[in-house]
Amino acid sequence: MKKLINTPETVVSDALAGMAAAHSSLTVDSEHRFVRRAAAATAGKTALVSGGGSGHEPLHAGFVGFGMLDAACAGEVFTSPVPDQVLAAARAVHAGAGVLFLVKNYTGDVLNFQMAAELLEDEGIASRSVLVNDDVAVEDSLYTAGRRGTGATLFAEKIAGALAERGADLATVAAMAEQVNANSRSFGIALGPSTTPAAGQPGFELGENEVELGIGIHGEPGRRRAPMAPAAELAEIAADAVCTDLDFTGDAMVMVNGMGATPLIELYVVFDAVRRALAGRNVWIVRNLVGNYVTSLDMPGFSLTLCRAGQDMLELWDAPVETPALRWGR
Amino acid sequence: MSEQRVAGTAGMDVGFFHAWIDRAGEQVAAEKDRLTALDAAIGDGDHGTNLSRGFGAVREALAARPPGSPGELLTLVGTTLIAKVGGASGPLYGTVFRRLGKALGEAETVDVRELATAFQAGLEGLTKLGGASVGDKTMVDVFAPAVDALRAAAADGASAGEALSLAANVAEAGARETIPRRARKGRASYLGERSEGHEDPGAASAALLWRALARTAV
Repeated sequence: MKKLINTPETVVSDALAGMAAAHSSLTVDSEHRFVRRAAAATAGKTALVSGGGSGHEPLHAGFVGFGMLDAACAGEVFTSPVPDQVLAAARAVHAGAGVLFLVKNYTGDVLNFQMAAELLEDEGIASRSVLVNDDVAVEDSLYTAGRRGTGATLFAEKIAGALAERGADLATVAAMAEQVNANSRSFGIALGPSTTPAAGQPGFELGENEVELGIGIHGEPGRRRAPMAPAAELAEIAADAVCTDLDFTGDAMVMVNGMGATPLIELYVVFDAVRRALAGRNVWIVRNLVGNYVTSLDMPGFSLTLCRAGQDMLELWDAPVETPALRWGR
Repeated sequence: MSEQRVAGTAGMDVGFFHAWIDRAGEQVAAEKDRLTALDAAIGDGDHGTNLSRGFGAVREALAARPPGSPGELLTLVGTTLIAKVGGASGPLYGTVFRRLGKALGEAETVDVRELATAFQAGLEGLTKLGGASVGDKTMVDVFAPAVDALRAAAADGASAGEALSLAANVAEAGARETIPRRARKGRASYLGERSEGHEDPGAASAALLWRALARTAV
């Protein structure tokens, strides 16, 4: 294993220290390992708090800032944060209007955020949790932990964040986040594994000419393995999986997301192929993101996320945002 | 720490439970790589690392604030695991220990029947939080039969040493029985049939805790 780290044990805290140094708009609580906006919370604003295991950067801390999250908790690599972290972050950014937790649907995240929400309730702070579960690769959700949360997390954080910035109350912001999740679907394809610093070796093996269809963002396997194929074919597989699960006919917001070790030039090749694949299904891209947003350490591959774009959602998507990883309009 | 180790019809005191937790921590540390390897096969390869980190924090917490009763000690173990482990196993193990502690209350000593009743409460907390049933290839596959065995042995008037030894045997069998099963909860569930043929890491670590408890009572 060759990685730009000091020790596997300190990788998360070292990265948070670097993040604090790089972004004066953020404040890092190194004891409780959360990142918040440096500017004081606006009184009466619904607070948005997310978080999860580290290793998916820029998710989530890279989306803390005006128009998006108020705070993000960083767990160990691929391990959910603990309730104390979530509680400390929620207390720090609560501005009298309650806290919305945006949680990716993994057993660990769900349990730890649930415990934090209960502790928060004991302190008299209202909260709501919205689970993001957009990954269509999990077909048998009755006999699994359910669909995983992946790319739609970004759409939910951006759109709900914009609504909260406009002063909407907790229930309204939570309903919008749920609406975004309900209208979003994702599918990922890995060309190879990722290596966590603690394990020091790849999480799974994939042959030279194999891809994993339906990969999760922690290297969890998907539907099946298939032979490596041209980008156009892989884009077609992803578009088919997403559009078979939900009817996206009409306008859509689309993200072609790199898993961490995919060159941008390849992501643009994929995006062009996705555009063609979607046009063949009468799905029209009205907003797009191409880049590394919801990653899996050093995994090569991509994920495709579509979100059915209503006018209200588009307007919130276009609203100003100023975070390390997304910024426009301000 | 108390000299009390042999807990027949006599009570198990705070020293007994402290010795159990110390031994459990040593076992988890010794088996860290095996647990992580099991997790790498069907999860994300950090179970040994996370649990070992958690028990390290437990040892420090117990040293910093030595608890006065079994209930207080087990509650502190649970709270510390929830605070330090993360993932699913932190809240799940933490809940088991907190429920155990709560069930034992402020009693200075505990007999085997009281311990069995407390474990029943721990198991209920575990299944309520995690939503798993026996057969889902989780730590419930170890806890449920082990608690049943402990309760049965306690009802038959077995000593703590006998009852906990029986329970540990059942726990280890329960962990082995997860091998052919298909995971229906947790991250391994995404593997579907590919989860078959691997021992569940949470079940494996749960069996370690039961064996450590039995050895403490002998």
